[in-house]
Amino acid sequence: MADSDVKALTDNIETPTFESTAFTKPPPLGEATVALVTTASLHHGDQEDFTPTDIGYRVLDGSRRDYQTGHWSPNFDAVGFAYDMNTVLPLDRLDELAASGVIGKVSEHHLSYSGNQFDLTGVRMDSGPAGAKWLKDQGVDIVLFTPI
Amino acid sequence: MCTRTVSTLAHVFEAAGLATIALGSQRNQIVNTAPPRGLWCDFPLGRPLGKPGDPEFQHRVLTAAFALLDATEPVFAEFEEAIIDDGSDVVSCALPPRSDPDAHPAIDEANGLRPAYDRAVAEHGNRIGAGRAIDADHIADAIDAFIRVMDGVAWKDAEIPGVPARVSQDIRGYYETALLGLVDHAPSAWSGTRWFLDETEAGKVILGARAQMKADDVKFPVWFYMAPGDR
Repeated sequence: MADSDVKALTDNIETPTFESTAFTKPPPLGEATVALVTTASLHHGDQEDFTPTDIGYRVLDGSRRDYQTGHWSPNFDAVGFAYDMNTVLPLDRLDELAASGVIGKVSEHHLSYSGNQFDLTGVRMDSGPAGAKWLKDQGVDIVLFTPI
Repeated sequence: MCTRTVSTLAHVFEAAGLATIALGSQRNQIVNTAPPRGLWCDFPLGRPLGKPGDPEFQHRVLTAAFALLDATEPVFAEFEEAIIDDGSDVVSCALPPRSDPDAHPAIDEANGLRPAYDRAVAEHGNRIGAGRAIDADHIADAIDAFIRVMDGVAWKDAEIPGVPARVSQDIRGYYETALLGLVDHAPSAWSGTRWFLDETEAGKVILGARAQMKADDVKFPVWFYMAPGDR
């Protein structure tokens, strides 16, 4: 059992096509508000867990550190995240970058989706646009996406 | 699949007026989905920032990611360093000795790991451990149910306390969290899972129950997701 064996299970999975690639010019990084969006199915313990076909997102409070994964896939190493949340959600690193002035500000909130989407229609047409609008309304300029 | 999902979401968020950077662990998925700014990090699945407990390395990844914001058109890049798991790295740690000779070895083992589990939760939090379907107090009961399956009881009659895949995730998470209470470092990628599946009695029970359910022609999703797909 090796990482490459697990990756091979979905290496050639069908991917969506986009007629064009949107491209937004960001403000200078030193003035920008940065948020994280992960597909690790992270949530706080007092939030609803993810269901097997969950297309929704959870809002993560950046001032807390009690993130846990509700991912349904067994096909990833979870110990790295268990040892250090920054392996998946590098909030401490972003706080350090903000403190040193590399980035303007870390968003107070971040989002988490479930990555095991066999059909991407829901996140593409519904919860994706909703999550983007939510972060945009919070004043976020730049989003870093992390898979699991 | 997560790389495909983050890459898709990056397209959506970018179209909403946010500048995005997508990290990807699987090259084909990030190349084929082609997010506006994609950074392929050849790291094991589950570790998109590469190295747990290594802030310097994580900052290198973030520096490479944020550098993509300088691009004036869609861009794809590869991180300069790969982390490869070839399946050979194993965790070396001593499992607790038998304390109840009358108990099934897997149940005795799970009960014996509880102090390590509690230590790890106190130090790291409960990020992956029990709690999805069953809490830590009911791990032994869940293992007992899978022992019944392994011994030939139909899975629906075995009193598995939830969806089999979710319950087995809780057992694996309990063990992988307990592992952090037995070692003083971050285990290398997948070595904790290999330890659970190959070295522990509970891992053997999960794989045994899964094999029995497959042999009994139980529906594919019910048994398949009880363990990583390559097993």
